[in-house]
Amino acid sequence: MKDDTTITAVHPSSFRVHPSTMMPTATRDIVVSNQMGLHARPAMQFVDLANQFNSTITVKKEAPEPVTADGKSVMEMIILEATLGTPLRIEADGEDAEVAVVKLAELFETKFGEE
Amino acid sequence: MEIRKGIGVSPGVVISTAIVLDAEDLVIPKRKIESDQIASETQRLGNAMAECVVALTRLRDQLAQEHGKDIGNIINVHLMILNDRSLLQQFLSEIQKSLFTAEYAVSVVMRRYAAKFATMSDTMMADRVKDVHDIERRILRALIGARHEDLAHLSQDVIVIAHDLLPSQTAALDKRHVKGFATDVGGRTSHTAIVARAMGIPAVVGLGDIVAQISGGDTVIINGNTGVVIINPDEETLAESRDEERARSKVEAELLTLRDFPAVTLDGHVVSLQANIEFPGEIDDAIGRGAEGIGLYRTEFLYLSAEQEPTEEEHYAAYSEALKRLNGRPLVIRTLDLGADKYTRLQASSPEKNPFLGDRSIRLCLHDIPMFKKQLRAIMRASVLGDVRIMFPMISTLMELRQAKMILSDVMEELEDEGIEFRRDLPIGIMVEVPSAALMANQFAREVKFFSIGTNDLIQYTLAVDRTNEKVAGLFCPAHPAVLSLIRDVIRAGNKNNISVSVCGEMAGEPLYTLLLLGLGLTTFSMNGPDVPEVKKVIRSTTIEHARQVARRVMSFDSERQVMHFLREETRKIVPEVF
Repeated sequence: MKDDTTITAVHPSSFRVHPSTMMPTATRDIVVSNQMGLHARPAMQFVDLANQFNSTITVKKEAPEPVTADGKSVMEMIILEATLGTPLRIEADGEDAEVAVVKLAELFETKFGEE
Repeated sequence: MEIRKGIGVSPGVVISTAIVLDAEDLVIPKRKIESDQIASETQRLGNAMAECVVALTRLRDQLAQEHGKDIGNIINVHLMILNDRSLLQQFLSEIQKSLFTAEYAVSVVMRRYAAKFATMSDTMMADRVKDVHDIERRILRALIGARHEDLAHLSQDVIVIAHDLLPSQTAALDKRHVKGFATDVGGRTSHTAIVARAMGIPAVVGLGDIVAQISGGDTVIINGNTGVVIINPDEETLAESRDEERARSKVEAELLTLRDFPAVTLDGHVVSLQANIEFPGEIDDAIGRGAEGIGLYRTEFLYLSAEQEPTEEEHYAAYSEALKRLNGRPLVIRTLDLGADKYTRLQASSPEKNPFLGDRSIRLCLHDIPMFKKQLRAIMRASVLGDVRIMFPMISTLMELRQAKMILSDVMEELEDEGIEFRRDLPIGIMVEVPSAALMANQFAREVKFFSIGTNDLIQYTLAVDRTNEKVAGLFCPAHPAVLSLIRDVIRAGNKNNISVSVCGEMAGEPLYTLLLLGLGLTTFSMNGPDVPEVKKVIRSTTIEHARQVARRVMSFDSERQVMHFLREETRKIVPEVF
């Protein structure tokens, strides 16, 4: 999940401009910390929140196989099978990219209100 | 091309188009559309999904009111999935790019998702696949509507593919166009097998997951002899199968030439070969194969194919149609034999622990006299239209028989009061299938006009074997000496009391047992229509003396294996082509 820029090493999220669209891109790396992982309810919460942003949202998983899920699709988020301990990269592309990744990462950090 | 192997339970080879039934009888219609239909198909999908959203929202609000917000949560997931734009995108892509119908598009996409769930290691998450199936069904139902009637009015020949076939489903099928069955589960004695054999069409069961492998519209080859099912065969395989089909038709045609010849032995002993049916529609085919009448009309299908208990008029309509098609030939109507493995669609009572030994059949009728009388009235009214006989199933005590006859008398009185015509001397008989009736055959013979030995159930009860339980089905054997002993005694009791005795279980239609039954004194055999020609062949190829000799020998054996081996040898000697 490591980016090759030093910025990522210092801050968990990075703010860049997407080369082709010239729209802001933001990424945030998190690790799933809820007991039951990203099951239906948290997936729903995530998608609900993601849909409030204009940016496109993707969530990437590297292991055991690389998978990219559309953060605004609940089906894809459930199929991501993001169990406890899975590292994920949240990526947003758009004007509100930065605030999007921060808010979305917060959901994970607060364990989606579980426990 | 895919090849699958299951258990062949009804012989024959057929090549046709598949129609797939899911657990709720939803048929996925054709797959493809023309490009000028894209817009309308997209519209249909949109409407169906909107309908689902509305229905689910209403349901959620209702549940939330009644049970609190948490229950509504699972529905929220479904609603969210229905609003999932990635999902919608995929549906649309299949419609627009692959030119699939809305139903097929939904099916393909949802199954793709379902497959992904199948690879998950987290079982709780993998369990969500149920939601995928649920939503797929919901959208399909909205698209297709309750299309039960489609199954009753098919426009082309099809092979029916299903997980399992219940009596209520087969009762609703358009018989003229169904050319074969293939199911995921089942064995030699399951309902699918029995119906297929009665219809004379090939069937393969126990295929495991055939429903998931086949889509409506696929070309399928079913080989009921080998149990092989081929999906979307290539040219070569197709050609081979066509040859096989042709060869088989030839053999069948040869046997059919026997149709107009009597069932008489070489030394002039005459027997009557009749057919077992479940619907009047089977009569024409049965007669076409040489049946001289109907020795068993199973009437419970009138109950299984309807939404509620059939009315007297519905009964009467079926019986009069049957008599019309029979044109003077005899019709034995068996009263309701419901229960056990043939539950009606409406059965609301709590399931019995032991349905085979429970409140079924005549017992059910004696407990629900108004229902019983409806059928009896219809039978009595039909009795003036032709040669009708009435038969009570599962009689185990003389008391039951007398009660049933008393209710029949009541019905006759009522009809007389109403000025409705009927035949007072309508012959009354019983199915001898419970061992107690078989053992007291002499006493019963004095109170009825005929016996019909129901070997299927007689064997089950005598050997204590559930024929639908694949674990012990191997123990179910007509050749068991104990069973043969009972059959012999029942036939003797019948002959001694001058009443006619027939066998209407599957044993009657198996050429292996023809010599034996003939030799034991049986004069009427009632079987599935397609079995008539072969049985007739055996009868016409032997003498009654020889048959009696064979029977005497068989009755001295003490194992099924000995019996079957001997019968196979003896039958092969006179009719080698039968085996």
